[in-house]
Amino acid sequence: MADITNQELTALLTERFGDKISGVNEPYGLLTFETTKDVVITVLEFLKQNSLANFNFLTDITAVHYPGRKHGIAVVYHLHSMVKRIRVRVKVFIDEHHPEIPTATTLWNSANWMERETYDLFGVKFEGHPDLRRILNMDELGVHPMLKQYPLEDPNRVDKKDEYFGR
Amino acid sequence: MNHNQPVETDNDPQNELVTLNLGPTHPATHGVFQNVIQLDGERIVSGISTIGYIHRAFEKIAEHRPFYQITPLTDRLNYCSSPINNMGWHMTVEKLLNIQTPKRVDYLRVIIMELARISDHIICNTIIAQDTGATTTFLYLFQFREHIYEIYEEICGARLTTNIGRIGGFERDFNEIAFAKINKFLKEFPVALQEFESLLNRNRIFIDRTAKVAEVSAEKALDYGWTGPLLRSAGVDYDVRVSDPYSSYEDFDFEVPVGTSGDIYDRYLVRNEEMWQSIRLIEQALEKIKHEPAGIFHADVPEFYLPAKEEVYNNMEALIYHFKIVMGEIDAPKAEVYHSVEGGNGELGFYLINDGGRTPYRLHFRRPSFINYQMFAPMSKGMLLSDAIINMSSMNIIAGELDA
Repeated sequence: MADITNQELTALLTERFGDKISGVNEPYGLLTFETTKDVVITVLEFLKQNSLANFNFLTDITAVHYPGRKHGIAVVYHLHSMVKRIRVRVKVFIDEHHPEIPTATTLWNSANWMERETYDLFGVKFEGHPDLRRILNMDELGVHPMLKQYPLEDPNRVDKKDEYFGR
Repeated sequence: MNHNQPVETDNDPQNELVTLNLGPTHPATHGVFQNVIQLDGERIVSGISTIGYIHRAFEKIAEHRPFYQITPLTDRLNYCSSPINNMGWHMTVEKLLNIQTPKRVDYLRVIIMELARISDHIICNTIIAQDTGATTTFLYLFQFREHIYEIYEEICGARLTTNIGRIGGFERDFNEIAFAKINKFLKEFPVALQEFESLLNRNRIFIDRTAKVAEVSAEKALDYGWTGPLLRSAGVDYDVRVSDPYSSYEDFDFEVPVGTSGDIYDRYLVRNEEMWQSIRLIEQALEKIKHEPAGIFHADVPEFYLPAKEEVYNNMEALIYHFKIVMGEIDAPKAEVYHSVEGGNGELGFYLINDGGRTPYRLHFRRPSFINYQMFAPMSKGMLLSDAIINMSSMNIIAGELDA
């Protein structure tokens, strides 16, 4: 079992950050909360440095696109405390027309390529990133293909319309 | 640095650097990826990794496929141990749907995942040996990967991209020939692995080439997001099978080998020891299966488990469920789930968001090769070119997992 419960962790965070921590829930036992982009690095640093939480490992950074919302891009961080054996998911919703968020490379070097991948696929600009270039797609690709407005297949094809396949 | 530009020099031959394009199809890279390296003599001054040569947009494709059609995509991540990816994906969906699999299914999965781990480690360790010049060991051990593929073939009909199992269990039970082949493998493989170790473990040339080369401290390994055998060789005893047990790994008695210095020799030893532990796990699983009711190979969840074809043609309920599953009309909760398994190279994670539609709203693969590989260029600085080549082999970078 984990050495710190989700409730203790939530209490720790709300005590330090107050209403900057919102939307706390536990889907399948994994503590998930939202925060804002101005404090996200402070929150991550707090989780990393605090001796009760001790989230020493950055598992993953990715993004999700929710078109039509005011803040349409969610940047999702998965952290892991190998010491306390607990994971946490941190979400930051940002404006999809100005997708900017501070970089986490100042805390973990592993964030470097994860952020480059997120930039490549979603166009999220990580401010202060040492080398923010595309990583999987070619440099000349004008779009960020994981955004929902880009269809999977050529929209001009008449034989493969989505409705024929129940999609 | 833009690698299309010529390198600026001051015409002093002492200061001149050589630009070397290592890859994308160089035999020493064992995969399609490129490193543009600046060399001063044989020393690497700087390097830039370029990846993405086999990027196939799996995350985008996955947003347009029902759950059961995503399994073949996971095959093509780490294609040296496809069954682990397949099982990881099935378990992610089972976690989303709250399916409890029977113990026998879990143990069958352990057998197939540990076989996959052995085949993955065979590739990595024999290639380290091959790149240090020991071709004999490569030839001795590599044939056992073929025997593992024959076992896969008996279970699911495929060899490399296996698409093995279903959500909820397996598509069919292991047959007698499969068990016979597993038993034969368990008898023959330890002998060959022993021989492999006796040829390399105390080999002066091999130790000279690998010990104290590319050492990595535990702090640095964690900072760069290393997982799997690489992290364990640096001295951190993190293994997903132990820290977040899945597929009933908590029922098994096995050890997690840990190195001290994170150098190439330690990585080699950790992988070898993991193969011995995998053999132990398979033996235990075969023993445990004998105490479970025979013939159970999937969970009793007809609304999520794709039924057998003969049932579809002869049974009304099976036909309805078949239609609903194929059309992606299953009643999955609107939720998000993260599940990770211990892949051949480290923590393989699946982050799945379901919004109640026919397909995932978002699926993200946490690919260990991708995250492990980013340390390669920074750590190569000051290294000999020949050392960097074995360093790359010992990281076991699989291009499919690197690029997704």
